[in-house]
Amino acid sequence: MIDVRNLTKRYGKARGIEDLTFTVDKGEILGFLGPNGAGKTTTMRIITGYLAATSGTVKVDGFDVFEDAMETRGKIGYLPENPPLYKEMTVRSYLQFVSELKGIPRSKRKAAIDLAVESAGIDTVCNRIISNLSRGYRQRVGLAQALLGAPEILILDEPTIGLDPRQIIEIRRLIQSLGEKHTIVLSSHILPEVSMICSRVLIINNGRLVASDTPSGLSRRLRGSGRIAVQVRGPADRVASVVRELPGVRSVSVETPAPETQEREVLLSVETDVSIDVRESLFAAMASHKWPIVEMKTIDMSLEDVFLKLTTEERLGDETEVAPGA
Amino acid sequence: MRKMWSIFKREVASYFTSPMAYVMGAVFLLISGYFFSIILLATNSASLQGVLGNMAVVFLFIAPILTMRLLAEERKLGTDELLMTAPVSITSIVVGKYLAAVFTYLVYLAITLVYPAILTKYGSPDMGPIYSGYLGMLLFGAGCLAVGTFTSSLTDNQMVAGIIGFGLLLIFWVLGWSTDIVTGALGDTLTNLSLLKRFDDFQKGIIDLSSVFYYISFIFIFLFLAVRVVDSRRWSG
Repeated sequence: MIDVRNLTKRYGKARGIEDLTFTVDKGEILGFLGPNGAGKTTTMRIITGYLAATSGTVKVDGFDVFEDAMETRGKIGYLPENPPLYKEMTVRSYLQFVSELKGIPRSKRKAAIDLAVESAGIDTVCNRIISNLSRGYRQRVGLAQALLGAPEILILDEPTIGLDPRQIIEIRRLIQSLGEKHTIVLSSHILPEVSMICSRVLIINNGRLVASDTPSGLSRRLRGSGRIAVQVRGPADRVASVVRELPGVRSVSVETPAPETQEREVLLSVETDVSIDVRESLFAAMASHKWPIVEMKTIDMSLEDVFLKLTTEERLGDETEVAPGA
Repeated sequence: MRKMWSIFKREVASYFTSPMAYVMGAVFLLISGYFFSIILLATNSASLQGVLGNMAVVFLFIAPILTMRLLAEERKLGTDELLMTAPVSITSIVVGKYLAAVFTYLVYLAITLVYPAILTKYGSPDMGPIYSGYLGMLLFGAGCLAVGTFTSSLTDNQMVAGIIGFGLLLIFWVLGWSTDIVTGALGDTLTNLSLLKRFDDFQKGIIDLSSVFYYISFIFIFLFLAVRVVDSRRWSG
């Protein structure tokens, strides 16, 4: 659906994005993740044709966004970071204007506007002037504008920025439901949001692609080692030394358990090789010493951890620079 | 073409829902009304000679204020991101907006038609120079608005756009004085480039095709430049 190749954009000497290559498949919800200034907006602006790339190509449905701009723009609905609203207009007249710009035939215009209004949930404010609307409703009007004419692709730049928690939840739900009919690319710097909504995540930092995977795959693949938290009823130092001897265990650290159980129980954080599942041998070892395991769980690295690792540690970032789908 | 019409309609609505069109129109009509009355009282002749010339000078001051918003504000508010990513050509955007400014100007001009109406009611003016004078006003004003549209494309600051526009128009006005300062071919050439000097002929009832051609090319060049500037912004970011 969208095919980005070796995309580079420089602003004078400053670098916007450098050699980005990725594809977005039909029906996917792709999340663009990165710290502020990483190049998310720049990439989206190039795909939508607002900016021209310094080098590299973007193809939408086989059409080049630069050569066949009129063709590709018709397929894309775009919500920029600041919703592009004419504040002196009413919601309906604004949507009327946008539908004319998008070249929706006169006979279908009303139906298209009604559909967008309904999808974005703004039927109650349709006749109000945009400058009188709250931030959340403006965002929805912006979204309705992007939805007009049912474009195959939606590009949403920070769709939940500046909204209150309830509005954020509503907009997320809306995007998820839109994902059934559209291919969506959205950007965010909020990690749980991306892992909740998106089927695939691209992490970019300093204009470069750092990683690309499903949200869960990303945290699994990038943690490098597994971690197990285990709570055992038994003498702390002896338990720890037995666990340390098990094959596949890299290190063991003793953590302080809850005060009321401190006498009898020990909480261990066990770091293991990814390839070896130590849970079974751990159970057997504890059982042979008659130390009951009261709790055991694997700890997945959160997307936050992955993200921080990728965007702050240069070396790790280089190691994990992998091709999409790997 | 249809999209240019959409841009035009929205822009005209925007002019007439904000105080801008009314305030500028009031100023323009007040000053031209003053010139009309004072010249009529002084000369006692049924003619608009002089009146139209003064109206042109007044409009030279008003045009950049009328147009400074056109493209600068879109950039400031980020609404250009809507226009530039919609399947609409930049030419349609620029020309549609420009025509909205011309339309607003035509509304002003239409109101000033009461002056010739008054003249015909109470006297028998020679209509030739009045017709040609209005044609001249139309071409001259459209030229000024093209300059303003161009300067509005240069910046996202309306004030700056207005001031640059005013400066440029001032230059195209004072070029008409060149013959008095520089003698020979250079002076004549510079004078020929003046926006206002060309207007004098129209006032006297002469429609010189080369002047019509001059105004039309003048408009074309500045709109072309505006389109180029807007287009080039995609590279600079």
